[in-house]
Amino acid sequence: MPKVAIVGHGQTKFSKEDLKIESILLHATKNLFDSTSNLSQKDIDAVLVSTNNNSKYLSAVLSEMAGIQPKISHSIESLCNSGTNAIVAAYSYIVSGLAEVVLISGAERYDSPGQILEWDNLRGEFKHPIFWASIFSKSYKRKYSLSDEDLALVSVKNHKQSIHNPNAISQKAVSIKDVLNSKKLTDDLRLLDCSRPCTGGSSILLASENICSTFTDTPIWITGIGQKTTSASFTKNPSFDNMESTIQAAKSAFQMSKQKPSNVDVMEIHDAFSVCEPMALDSMGFSKQGGGIELVKEVYLTENSKINPRGGLIGSGHPLGATGIAQTIEITQQLHSQAGKRQVDHAKVGLVHNMSAAATSSTVLVLEK
Amino acid sequence: MNFELELKRGNFLLSECNHCKKIVWPPSEFCNQCLGKNSWRKCSNMGKILEFSKKENIYFCVAEIENSIKIIGEIVSGIPKIDQPIKIIDCGIVDNNYFFKIRVLD
Repeated sequence: MPKVAIVGHGQTKFSKEDLKIESILLHATKNLFDSTSNLSQKDIDAVLVSTNNNSKYLSAVLSEMAGIQPKISHSIESLCNSGTNAIVAAYSYIVSGLAEVVLISGAERYDSPGQILEWDNLRGEFKHPIFWASIFSKSYKRKYSLSDEDLALVSVKNHKQSIHNPNAISQKAVSIKDVLNSKKLTDDLRLLDCSRPCTGGSSILLASENICSTFTDTPIWITGIGQKTTSASFTKNPSFDNMESTIQAAKSAFQMSKQKPSNVDVMEIHDAFSVCEPMALDSMGFSKQGGGIELVKEVYLTENSKINPRGGLIGSGHPLGATGIAQTIEITQQLHSQAGKRQVDHAKVGLVHNMSAAATSSTVLVLEK
Repeated sequence: MNFELELKRGNFLLSECNHCKKIVWPPSEFCNQCLGKNSWRKCSNMGKILEFSKKENIYFCVAEIENSIKIIGEIVSGIPKIDQPIKIIDCGIVDNNYFFKIRVLD
């Protein structure tokens, strides 16, 4: 099978700005062009847009504004893991031979309609994500005898790390006390346990092995892909203290890449809420079941930023369609040793975990130098 | 029979496959196992609490109904505990959202 590389990327700052979705896509794409050597519009075979925005035909709109006339152009929506779904689609176009160079641009506004899955009526009146997150938190704490204070450390760590991410919405450290004293949303969730919807864009360029040297001497290879969708309804999760779709996606990604958790040097985890980070670490085999928070404590106390170096979703903000792409860009920068103060030493193997709708769908990518 | 029309009237129906005899949830015309036709029947409204939390003064819970399907509802009577029996005492649709009101049984 032909190899597929990441050869360029561009981002906007994540904020609460009231910007048009088309403008966000274009800015992220312009930043990609500005930072990618030898890239011309004519090189791009496919343009994929990742978003939950209700505007139509956005891939053709972006192509027109950026002066691209691609063979393939369409949007991809899968709530919070739209971004990595678009990357997987781009990978497939390249491997199939339908395209050699694919531009993927993800964007969202702070008022994204993707924040609530209206269809999921099994949640009754409790459709907002804070309710599934509260159930996950209660269940995980109960099963592993953890406290609110234990989970708050995820937010403390990720806020601390986002200070070194110039694109992050949060540039402020918080303490455990700050998290516990922040607005109580439910008995099991405080405001600072939550990622925030925001405005932002991320673009990434994928190319086949044959052509990648045109754009970079240091391609980052996508060596493993795992995806699994177990349902759409939150209550159909078989358990509320682990993530079945993540378990299966990680297994596939590790199998494809011939890697294992102990080989991963740096990772981006979908911490939509504090509890998601330890649950995902458990589910992917980085910790024993219930051990995720001990791993979070360990990296925090040793000032190791290998888990969510850019600050995760909690510190960076969560513009849904851009998130999976921003996570993948972070791992690319880490493997290039270009992550500045966020840099994890000697990173050779990286992982991206991106999920949707209360972990009913997950994508795991393995990236290597 | 229309599921949502009946729910609006306070009747909670379940879809059951004519072939597999399995409860199909979310409610649907066709079985998600064999894709055969489903029939509608009245739910017993009895179940148990799998997990719960509280927003302000309102407890909400994930309840397993008829040892099969799971819904989220508001607890309007009683203090919840894991595995405690419950009964759905009211249901309906408001602003396009389903609602289930739950009583904790002793």
